Amino acid sequence: MSGGDAIPEFSKAKSGGDGQDVSLTNLSAFASGPGIKSGAEVAAILAVAVIIIGGIELALRIFHVPQYIMPPPSSIAYALFDEFPLIAPHLGYTLVELVSGFAIGAIVGLVMAAVITQFPFAEKIVAPYILILVTTPMLALVPLLILRFGFGYTPRIIAVALAAGPMVMINAATGFRRVDSAKIALARSYGASTLQIFWKIRAPMALPMILVGLMIGAIFGLLTAVGAEMVGGGFGLGNRLTSYSSMIQMPQFFAVVLILSTLGILIYVLFFLIGKKWASWET
Amino acid sequence: MSTASTTTPKLGVQAATKVYQTASGDLLALDRCSLDVRPNEIVSIVGPSGCGKTTLLWSMSGLHRLTAGAILLDGKEITGPRPEIGIVFQEANLLPWRNLDANINFPFEIKGEKPDRAWIAHLLNRVGLDGFGGKFPRELSGGMQQRAAIVRALALKPSVLLMDEPFGALDSFTREEMNRLVEEIWLDTKTTIVFITHSIEEAIFLSDRVVVLTTRPGRVAKVYDVPFPRPRSLEIMATKEVFDLTNKIKMDIVGERVRPIAPERPSAEIVRIRP
Repeated sequence: MSGGDAIPEFSKAKSGGDGQDVSLTNLSAFASGPGIKSGAEVAAILAVAVIIIGGIELALRIFHVPQYIMPPPSSIAYALFDEFPLIAPHLGYTLVELVSGFAIGAIVGLVMAAVITQFPFAEKIVAPYILILVTTPMLALVPLLILRFGFGYTPRIIAVALAAGPMVMINAATGFRRVDSAKIALARSYGASTLQIFWKIRAPMALPMILVGLMIGAIFGLLTAVGAEMVGGGFGLGNRLTSYSSMIQMPQFFAVVLILSTLGILIYVLFFLIGKKWASWET
Repeated sequence: MSTASTTTPKLGVQAATKVYQTASGDLLALDRCSLDVRPNEIVSIVGPSGCGKTTLLWSMSGLHRLTAGAILLDGKEITGPRPEIGIVFQEANLLPWRNLDANINFPFEIKGEKPDRAWIAHLLNRVGLDGFGGKFPRELSGGMQQRAAIVRALALKPSVLLMDEPFGALDSFTREEMNRLVEEIWLDTKTTIVFITHSIEEAIFLSDRVVVLTTRPGRVAKVYDVPFPRPRSLEIMATKEVFDLTNKIKMDIVGERVRPIAPERPSAEIVRIRP
């Protein structure tokens, strides 16, 4: 017992883990500056947007670019507005797949990360398999999953979970591995149990990395959900993409792309705001 | 002095020996180190870098087990963390995701006790942190962080306060201010304090006795009494007696630094490497 103690060390550098300089608050332009201040700034931002979108519109019209190559922004906007009642249910299907698949993947990933990092030896054994799970595009398994589970929600939810889970796990594990021996010693000096040390020291220290993992996992989940929908099954935003493009309904096609971009941005903003609220102590 | 030594020491360090197992072999950090800390006194431990000061303190805290020997608190052997012992760590060691109030409540949370609000308010007032409870550590200066850490350590009313180079990272003015604060708190509470430091001036200012450790493996080389009255003013600290004592201790430590020219490891091993 006595020989197992580590030599007390108080270096600023934390042992274990890599990629620790994580800052959710610095990930985006949202963080730069204290936000939009004046009406002039708003006007400038709007003016640039109008010039870019208007320029594209103008250029497409001047050069008579056919709609099946690139529809002008105005017809995309019109299609989005006009077709939205038809697209909306598909947005709902995609969200169901994304949310349920992500929830399953995130929970499994978090639990596995928390457990595996408690046992450094087990971690070494499992590490290569996790790496395979992270690097393999889970989309590749979708045809197999469809073969096994049919064209319903099931194969898509499984694919989303398989895509999101390892991303959450690998980032959360990095977080849990950040051991600050002084903080653990502090907790132990008050007689903290292993469980208390986990919940009151390890988990909060890991939180910024966990949020990064959840964000990446959610984005990968969206990607996989749409991909899986494109492979097979008659519903979902991915299915709309293949359907509209096969009918050369390009404004509608781009309207769906616009919805997908918005979804991605919303995921990003959601985790950015959570990070700002709960993980801003790490600068 | 002779009367005090007949009473039970607050902390009795008896032939404390600590071996760390490292990748490059066993490392003897403390070698039969013996020392008594009397009730209500401030003892500073000084010594060359890596002499086992922190190891000794961590062993006193019960965070590290000794390889051999024992450390007794009020005559009872310390085998693990004890509520009677408070620790102030190097750097403030506050939890950055908690504000000051939550940091100070942390010990109570771990113990499942209700925080003693009146006592904490008194301590916060004592260290000049009134109204800072909602601030996060990153919003505070190093000195303020260390004040909060002192409040946290005293919140459970320990009878012994172990301080591990608490002010090493602070600038010298803040450091002097913190030293005066520790003296004030001690005059208030008479808590037994074991104080580890690199600064001989700090040790003399604060302590009733200064213990000099040898280079690794750490052993007690000398113990100096510091008989100056309290509160210790700048005038007292500028006297010849203080100057002479400072120099004596410095010579002890420098002497220790010179020693490692002789092989630290058993000579047999060196002979083996260079046949």
